[in-house]
Amino acid sequence: MSSLLEVAGLTVAFEGTRVVDGVSFTLQRGECLALVGESGSGKSVTTRTLVGLAGYGAHVHADRLRFDGTDVTGFTDRTWRRVRGARIGFVLQDALASLDPLRPVGREIAEPLALHTTLSRAERAARVRELLESVGVPEPEVRAAQYPHQLSGGLRQRALIASAIACDPDLLLADEPTTALDATVAVQVLDLLGSLKDNRSGLLIVSHDLAVVARLADRVAVMKDGRIVEAGTTDAVLQDPQHPYTRALLAAVPSAHAKGTRLSTVERPTVPAPAPVLDPAPGGAPVLAAVGLRKSFPGPDGVARVAVEDVSLTLRAGETLGIVGESGSGKSTTARLLLGLETPDAGEVLVDGTDWSALTPEERRTHRRRLQIVYQDPLSSFDPRYTVDRVIGEALGVAGYPRGIRRRDRTVELLELVALDAGYLGRRPLELSGGQRQRVAVARALAAEPEVIVCDEPVSALDVSVQAQILDLLADLQARLRVAYLFISHDLGVVYHASDRVLVMRDGRVLESGDVRTVFADPQHDYTRELLAAIPRLATHATPPPTPMGVS
Amino acid sequence: MSAFTATAAVLPRTSRIRLRPGLILAGLFVAVVVAAALVPQLLAPHDPLAIGAEGAFLPSGGGHLLGTDESGRDVLSRMVYGARPSLVMGLGATAIAVTGGTLLGLAAGLGSRLTESLIMRLIDVVLSVPELLLALVVITLAGAGSTNAMFAVAFASIPSYARIVRAQTHIVRRSTFVEAATGLGIRRSTVIWRHVLPNAIRPVLVLSTIGVGTAISAGAALSFLGLGAEPPAAEWGDMLSNGLQYISNDWFLVAVPSVAITLTVLSITVLGRELRRRSEGRST
Amino acid sequence: MTARGAMAARLAGHPTAVAVAKRIGVRLIAGVGVLWGAATLSFIALHVTAGDAALSTVAGQGANPTKELLDQVRRDFGLDQPLYRQYLDYLGRLLHGDLGQSYQQRIAVSRAITEQLGQTVQLAVSAAAVAVLLAIGAAVLTARRRPWRSIASGVELTLSATPTFVIGIVLLIVFSFTLKVLPVSGNDGPRALILPMLTLALPIGAVLAQVLRSELEEVLEQPFILTARSRGMRDTVVRVRHALRHALVQIVTMSGFVVGGLLGGAVITETLFVRQGVGQLMLSAVTTKDIPMVLGLVVFAAFVYVVVNLLVDITYTLIDPRLVTR
Repeated sequence: MSSLLEVAGLTVAFEGTRVVDGVSFTLQRGECLALVGESGSGKSVTTRTLVGLAGYGAHVHADRLRFDGTDVTGFTDRTWRRVRGARIGFVLQDALASLDPLRPVGREIAEPLALHTTLSRAERAARVRELLESVGVPEPEVRAAQYPHQLSGGLRQRALIASAIACDPDLLLADEPTTALDATVAVQVLDLLGSLKDNRSGLLIVSHDLAVVARLADRVAVMKDGRIVEAGTTDAVLQDPQHPYTRALLAAVPSAHAKGTRLSTVERPTVPAPAPVLDPAPGGAPVLAAVGLRKSFPGPDGVARVAVEDVSLTLRAGETLGIVGESGSGKSTTARLLLGLETPDAGEVLVDGTDWSALTPEERRTHRRRLQIVYQDPLSSFDPRYTVDRVIGEALGVAGYPRGIRRRDRTVELLELVALDAGYLGRRPLELSGGQRQRVAVARALAAEPEVIVCDEPVSALDVSVQAQILDLLADLQARLRVAYLFISHDLGVVYHASDRVLVMRDGRVLESGDVRTVFADPQHDYTRELLAAIPRLATHATPPPTPMGVS
Repeated sequence: MSAFTATAAVLPRTSRIRLRPGLILAGLFVAVVVAAALVPQLLAPHDPLAIGAEGAFLPSGGGHLLGTDESGRDVLSRMVYGARPSLVMGLGATAIAVTGGTLLGLAAGLGSRLTESLIMRLIDVVLSVPELLLALVVITLAGAGSTNAMFAVAFASIPSYARIVRAQTHIVRRSTFVEAATGLGIRRSTVIWRHVLPNAIRPVLVLSTIGVGTAISAGAALSFLGLGAEPPAAEWGDMLSNGLQYISNDWFLVAVPSVAITLTVLSITVLGRELRRRSEGRST
Repeated sequence: MTARGAMAARLAGHPTAVAVAKRIGVRLIAGVGVLWGAATLSFIALHVTAGDAALSTVAGQGANPTKELLDQVRRDFGLDQPLYRQYLDYLGRLLHGDLGQSYQQRIAVSRAITEQLGQTVQLAVSAAAVAVLLAIGAAVLTARRRPWRSIASGVELTLSATPTFVIGIVLLIVFSFTLKVLPVSGNDGPRALILPMLTLALPIGAVLAQVLRSELEEVLEQPFILTARSRGMRDTVVRVRHALRHALVQIVTMSGFVVGGLLGGAVITETLFVRQGVGQLMLSAVTTKDIPMVLGLVVFAAFVYVVVNLLVDITYTLIDPRLVTR
């Protein structure tokens, strides 16, 4: 019997640019293959081409493209339509966007049935219930009548999967099926996908995260710039990666390394630190402290909702305090309270021992410089009309550099400190990559010569490899400038890597805090344990297992 | 070099300037209209008001490239001279409307909540009446004539500009880059002057180029209704309503000003949209 | 109030119905507010110009008006009353549908409007229908389909930039004077309606088509469209069943533009085609400086706008369930 899917020399080009360049692989029945790569690697376009939906203006060429022994290269849209949904199911990322938001999910799931089967309306409704049950959705009658925005992320993704498997396809394509989900839910959805595959059907899963797919895949193909750079059984690729890119991807996973190890292989910048080095004794007076912070906001119905409740923390020069929590845990509100961008309902924020609220507005303004922030989305934090030069120059003006040569020189120094150079001065933020933008954001924060930098999800929007570079940069700068970081993230791995001490938050409260190794090795709270259990794990020789950290 | 440096080295976005033929034609036409408005005497073969001796309703050709009208005046010359009142109407009305709208919008966007709700409710009320009807109210109260028509058109479009500026001010005030500037410890007034104002006003300035075309069209509509320029001045809308009386015999007299107005508005719109497209490409 | 509302909703088990009602209620109040504002502005304009009005009414009778005559006129118009009294009377009359007396025609403004309304409604409603249908057809069929997209958007750009009266003139020249298939002017029969209707519909339809297409193209980029197509659905069916509904939400928000375009366009179209209607009434009122008539028509236009917006808003809630539950 022939392979379920056979791809050889697949090339897809948009307006002359090859996005997929000579990709070849096969998939057998009963097998799960993972395509792994960072954004722009061509993995999604490859998947879409497999259902004849490469996209508007795409030029597709393949030496061989066979599905279940049939050559599909000459398929017209009409012939493809008989395959799509019936024999190949397709699951996309984030069901909130991948299910029609204006239709109840039941109607979405029934759609492939209406297209490919002769079932009556009532039979389709019965089948929808069956499908929802089989993907683990409780109360299927109720859920079928609800709209996607009324379901939780996990249920939504299950509903999307139900619509893909409605006609019992031979091949299931899943493009980043768990990326939009919280870690604990993602694991359940992955297990569901694995359980759906039987020995006569195949599963092709696409992800940016090696650790995620390792759980499920029999074989892995690593893609970069439109090509497959390495392919093999999951064990072989993880244990003994051959291509430097695969090795780099594996090494860049932050959860595997404690603070002090480097993630990227980029050279450290060699410019000496020109800023005055703050050198308080370790364990000296905290540069930033909060006592019993409380903040509530009025909800849409006018009832106040508590965002932060009784949060206390201290931060000393040269150390990093991590705050970890899922969305809605109050970690960002805490940061805004510390920065003085919001006023707490109760409690106080002490900057170098002085209470924010005791300051006059004018004093508060001059104090702001000492606490800087690096946002998740650096682009929106720059005035769109400004060049890099003006962005950093504005912050230097605040630190007391008058306009002129000295400011200019200092700007270049700062750029070099974040591993950019004078060539970037005239660029606008839009003309920079995500990593470069974040470097400029860090340079601006440093320009104000702060004692504390609040990093609010600074690497969440970046690819793993770029994320590694930024995390390393932050570590280097701290070692040299003894600036303190408040590091906020939903990603336990990142927080583990970046922090000395950690605060676990949920529903506005601190559940647990302490030394990062202690908390991760011996979590006291159930929620922390749950979070830790959901971290994707890699069993490789290249790196020690991330948990339990050093206590195995 | 590691694998990562290659990933990080994203190509800079080059601002490729692609000139499509439509854009070039639009630019050329606007240039001709501007030239006709500035120095009509150099482009027009005859005096636009002179009653010709050769006769009325002459077909095109001979001494009159586009023929003559019912009084024997040269149609081409009248068309050339008609550019100035149209441009004055378009630019004048837009300038007034944008200035008024921006001031109102900023007052609403930066002022107290009371100021804001007063201004916005007033704008809601005025926006409930179609623009042409508003312009007609102004003319009823102030009287007909080209200057009044310009103010009427301007007044009618103030609310929409104000609404855009106010919305934009709100977006900018809440933006992360304003928060970042505040976080640096920069004075509120400086932040407003340096970051809020320029970013709040920019979209409206871009939109106002398209507004010039709309205002020319609205002004011509008022002239067509007999409420704009007084005859015998050479003005496109007036030429048009005048020619309409003879449309069954000689529709050329109507066609010439129609084409002039349409091409002018169309060209300005094409240029304005291109400007908007580019400014959006850069700011988002 | 809100907390109790939420509680009531939970008890009734129909949170959506209450939310819909609440949403519509809020809009209703806002609409009444707009109308009240329009009436007030109109009253101010009337009051400021009232002196001239009294004078201009008598001036028509030729003779040098005596003081007694002017006082008589002022009493007739209620101008001798204190201002707040006049204002309340004015609002009270409006509530009864009385928009005032025309100076020139010497009849009630509301009567003049009702007499002319039928013709304009016929014109505007048919034009609106044609505009929306043309826009939907053009957008659905040409969005992201080369080369039809560029051809259609070129035509739309030209139509939307062309002044209404020019479109009408071109149609007249082609169909009435050259082909001689349709009448030049008049109100008689459906054949006389075709050209004015197209004149009014084309520019509005062109703008709607542009907005609808760009909206459609944005929607067509969404993952759920890819999902729908991956189920084996035809592209055109996906467009109609999944994408169009999203794009229509945008069209619905343009109802103000459509109402404005139809009412403003009616003035020009009715003038060009010498048709009777509210537009003609407006123009003649403007040229004769019949201020009560002009302002009455403006308040009427605001009323139409508010009613249409309210209807549209109800439709909106039906199209997009997220608006209510979010």
